[in-house]
Amino acid sequence: MAADAGQHSTFHGIGVSAGIAVGPLVVVTPAPTAPADEAPTTDAAAASATVHGVLDEVAKGLEARAAVAGDHAKPILEAGAMMARDPGLAMGIDNHLQAGKGLTNAVTAAVEEICTMFESLGGYMAERVTDLRDVRDRAVARLLGQPEPGVPTLTVPSILAAHDLAPAETATLSTDTCLGIITAAGGPTSHTAILASQLGIPAVVQATGILGVAAGTTVAIDGGVGEITVNPTADEVTMLEERKKRRAAALAGGTGKGATKDGYPVALLANIGTADDAQKAAKQAVEGVGLFRTEFLFLDRDTMPTVEEQTATYTAVFEAFGDRRVVVRTLDAGADKPLKFADLGPEENPALGRRGIRLGMIRTDVMDAQLEALAAAYKATGADVRVMAPMIATQAEAMWFAEKVRALGLPKVGIMIEVPAAAIRSKGILYHVDFASLGTNDLQQYTMAADRMQGELADLLNPWEPALLDVVALACEGGAAMGKPVGVCGEAGGDPALALVLTGLGVSSLSMAPGKVPAVRTSLGLHTREQCQQMAAAARAATNAADAKAAVLDMADPVLRDLL
Amino acid sequence: MATRQVSIASSVGLHARPASLFVQAATATGLPVTIAKEGGNPVDARSILMVMALGAKHGETVTLAAEGEGADAALDSLVELLSRDLDAE
Repeated sequence: MAADAGQHSTFHGIGVSAGIAVGPLVVVTPAPTAPADEAPTTDAAAASATVHGVLDEVAKGLEARAAVAGDHAKPILEAGAMMARDPGLAMGIDNHLQAGKGLTNAVTAAVEEICTMFESLGGYMAERVTDLRDVRDRAVARLLGQPEPGVPTLTVPSILAAHDLAPAETATLSTDTCLGIITAAGGPTSHTAILASQLGIPAVVQATGILGVAAGTTVAIDGGVGEITVNPTADEVTMLEERKKRRAAALAGGTGKGATKDGYPVALLANIGTADDAQKAAKQAVEGVGLFRTEFLFLDRDTMPTVEEQTATYTAVFEAFGDRRVVVRTLDAGADKPLKFADLGPEENPALGRRGIRLGMIRTDVMDAQLEALAAAYKATGADVRVMAPMIATQAEAMWFAEKVRALGLPKVGIMIEVPAAAIRSKGILYHVDFASLGTNDLQQYTMAADRMQGELADLLNPWEPALLDVVALACEGGAAMGKPVGVCGEAGGDPALALVLTGLGVSSLSMAPGKVPAVRTSLGLHTREQCQQMAAAARAATNAADAKAAVLDMADPVLRDLL
Repeated sequence: MATRQVSIASSVGLHARPASLFVQAATATGLPVTIAKEGGNPVDARSILMVMALGAKHGETVTLAAEGEGADAALDSLVELLSRDLDAE
């Protein structure tokens, strides 16, 4: 599906962050590898001069970027420049050149030698390997006469295209210059998708066609339906602009509590990950927090944060929300996000290993300290605090957790439903606790046995998958039987169309990135509870995810399409 | 050739910031200074990558070596630097 400049074409990927943008395409170049058939070095002195010149250019480029970078990126870029100028690296390269290796192969071999030494030292040093390989990629690209890889500095507002983006690359993007993101790989629950929607940047993933489009081409992106138009006509741009206006008008409607057209309440809540998020989200029209991820307090630390430090953070978050609810998830760590002070060692299958509550039941000291701090913050503020545990699979785990939480005087205890076992047997599990929250991203990963981080498996990870909806329905049935609320705090809850289906299945609250709340509120207000139930039935009756979504959109108010 | 032996005083070892300070000081001498751990090969003390890869820990003895005019004075100043807990400063 290659498109030359000037040629018009349209193709689709998976829309993961709603919104519309038109702009020139900037292509993130992948890192080149040293060619195997490179000519060997015959004049080592001349080759050495060439490589040193290129390393100097790499260093200058990094220094120029460091000069205008923010506090976070600056030291990383400066360290990169220092590595590029390092005499030890230069000597290693010279040795390989003298042995006859070609230019790029000499650079690669010398860098790998240092990487091996760093990796054997572990910890902090092993992490520097990424920075060093970045320097290598830049030098190799320059030696091959190619542009340096990675996200270029965006000077004009542009749409970014890449095979895939590393979380660090997405995190450095600014909404001022990045109008939209298109990736050929990645999935709906990839970090790119989540970060883009948090930043409010329209994004489409799994759009393989984008790799054939030349840099500088004007591209229109619709992050809701996942449509990409190369060289859009003036009429198409006008249509998209109108759609953007209709969307803005539809979203302008109200800031009240979430409810269906006939007044059935569905609480609209925010997902937050830091105390800073809490301050921002508290200013939005949300009914509280449906998922407060507490990992940020624990990751990148050598020792466990003290009860006092944790209490201060939790108190600040609770105070920000006043009498609005705050649902706190206890630490969700495991082999994929290991803690230095509570690392149980590497595992073959971290997603199926000792993570979440499983780690909490082994390292009770970590769990107890966190609950003690939450109880202290609750006593200090009298806030509507609800504490839940991740990765519950059995009644025994739910009971163990509920006893601990209640013994500390915390008012409400709940569990996350991410493991299909907990959804299937939610009635028994809910007997022990006050509420449940569906983590649809993990629930889908486990229902479909498909790794969330594998872009190639995106087809199995479509949240419209009828099997996932069946599992959600089971969880809601258990909740209804016990008279206990079941909410959703996964990405699915932030989709204005899927939110209707979830409401129809019996979900009582939807928690999402705060930016998604207005569209979901408008969508709910356009449909009755009965319509939602009919949509849920239609979606579950479909044979696949695409048919489920199509069936629901057919039944929905036409305005809903503008919200997507 | 002038040589000196010194025990690393920095509590984190010759790592991160202490390593960076040492490399800057070694470069400033203008001499080809090397550093080696006991029984190990000497590496270029002006290379942050080599010095960090050395992985010299707190309390470990390293050997500094340099040749040229002012080598003795240069090594003395580097020994003085490594004898301090650079991380605490």
